Amino acid sequence: MSALDHYSYWVTIFLLVAGLFIVIARGNFIKKLIGLSIFQTSVYLLYIAPGKLIGGTAPIVGAGFQVYSNPLPHVLILTAIVVGIATLALGLALVVRIREAYGSIEEDEILRAEQSAARDDAT
Amino acid sequence: MIDGTHLPVLQVVVPLLCAPLIVLVRGGRIGWAIATAASVFFLASSLAILLEVQRVGVISYAIGSWPPPWGIEYRIDAANAFMLVLLGLVASVVAPYAWASVRAEIPRDNHYLFYALYCLALAGLGGIAVTGDAFNLFVFLEISSLASYVLIALDRDRRALLAAYQYLILGTIGATFIVIGVGLLYLMTGTLNLADIASRLGDVRQARPVLAALAFLTVGISLKAALFPLHMWLPGAYAHAPSAVSALLAATATKVSVYVLLRFYFSVFGTTAVFAAMPMGDVLLALSIAAMIVASAAAAFQTDLKRLLAYSSVAQIGYITLGVSFATATGLTGGIVHLFNHGVTKGALFMLVGAIAFRLGSSRIDRMAGLARSMPLTCAGIVVGGLGLIGVPGTAGFVSKWYLVLAAIEAGSWVIAFVVVASSLIAVAYVWRFVEVAYFRPPSEETARLKEPPAALLVPAGVLLAASVYFGVEPSLTLGAAYGAAEALLAGPR
Repeated sequence: MSALDHYSYWVTIFLLVAGLFIVIARGNFIKKLIGLSIFQTSVYLLYIAPGKLIGGTAPIVGAGFQVYSNPLPHVLILTAIVVGIATLALGLALVVRIREAYGSIEEDEILRAEQSAARDDAT
Repeated sequence: MIDGTHLPVLQVVVPLLCAPLIVLVRGGRIGWAIATAASVFFLASSLAILLEVQRVGVISYAIGSWPPPWGIEYRIDAANAFMLVLLGLVASVVAPYAWASVRAEIPRDNHYLFYALYCLALAGLGGIAVTGDAFNLFVFLEISSLASYVLIALDRDRRALLAAYQYLILGTIGATFIVIGVGLLYLMTGTLNLADIASRLGDVRQARPVLAALAFLTVGISLKAALFPLHMWLPGAYAHAPSAVSALLAATATKVSVYVLLRFYFSVFGTTAVFAAMPMGDVLLALSIAAMIVASAAAAFQTDLKRLLAYSSVAQIGYITLGVSFATATGLTGGIVHLFNHGVTKGALFMLVGAIAFRLGSSRIDRMAGLARSMPLTCAGIVVGGLGLIGVPGTAGFVSKWYLVLAAIEAGSWVIAFVVVASSLIAVAYVWRFVEVAYFRPPSEETARLKEPPAALLVPAGVLLAASVYFGVEPSLTLGAAYGAAEALLAGPR
């Protein structure tokens, strides 16, 4: 058994780290959300891959089938996908509102606008 | 019909169904009425559940009559019954308060959405507290989180949008960490029922995926609970949210997350696996002490009263997790009772600051000069709440800090006992900032012509404040419930 036998885990870990890195390293609000989606996608894979048995079929009892795959992870991840879409939609809606309010979706520009607004407020 | 068997599920379903109902009728007034009714129902049924739990021990409810561990189980013991009461109490006080507060702070067209989201947040938080299923817990966590992101963004201030966005990013990272932890546990045990996971962990308790699950869950839940140093989303979110939202979230959302941490530590992994085999106790202890000192000090330098209270919340979460880190009956009792006491006190304080902002139009401390002359009641309320944050005898904060100090001495550490007391002195500093400005500065033209906020705002805040004093003078009720909760948790995996 080599390390590559479980390559789905390597893909999972790569997506996980890549997504998290984008969220942290990018200042663009849309790119951050894309990173967040990639990060969430890695979890879908983490759940689904171990549920599949090689040669396994859908868990319907019938003659000639002995090996069944676990259907539960699919159901769970269906729910997680819905949650992920809701989060992404809400995030994008917030970015639209932020752009309307600040005229930008770049984190550093907005923080600069905020700081100068705070200075004006103080004086 | 009214035999109470279905209360655990109704607790969640009633507010959950009220949300679409409010959206359908599209009325601000009727939405308020429905949300208030749902909150009061929540409080009533949580009290009924608490009494039932004290009688029978553990309530197990099989959703759709599918027996656990196959179906989703709602499982309520002394610990989550106590959480439900806190949720119900805060929700049914904040809902009446929202009537006047929301009219002042949120555009008219969005009122019905506010109340619908209020119900959704309540359903989500209640669901987290009652469920005995790991994945169901994640779903409820996301329901409450998504609702709170929108609630925060509803404020007119454009900074609320940024705060909501930041909270969305960090909250989602936290929730995803929790799902990864749950997924690893599922891979190792093949079940999602928390009690079933605990019984099947058995020999694999020290296997690497299980330890990784513990780490992922700890980080994810700590992000949600705003445990220092993962609190970066909290000050902005609480400072820029509408007042009613700040009060609701500050008093409940982070507290429910701490409950989830307790549930995983004590009822799933077990005390020995978490505190003896892994150094989670030391990690929690170090972070708690850092939170108590650093966040309290940061609070003392804030110029905005809401932001000051938010930083103080981060510090108070530290006290709660400090109690948890001892993993003793006294420590846990102190932590859990502080969870309740601080929820009530901080809820009242955010409501009072919202009442000031209602008249003043701002929560900046430097604009509150001489405010005590024009709003004596409100300012007196903030002082009483502030004394509760410091932990002066006669307030609820004293009771919980007393237990924390006792637990520290029991654990043989005078240093920690000293730190608890010393950090309370920093609390004096930040509460004094308000007192100095409001009581000892001459009123400005602006504050001199202000009147006391309307009773619709003061009465609900007063109720919570009175509760925080009552539980300080007569703590047997809360202490009894907290001790029961601590015992139930320390009994270990069921």
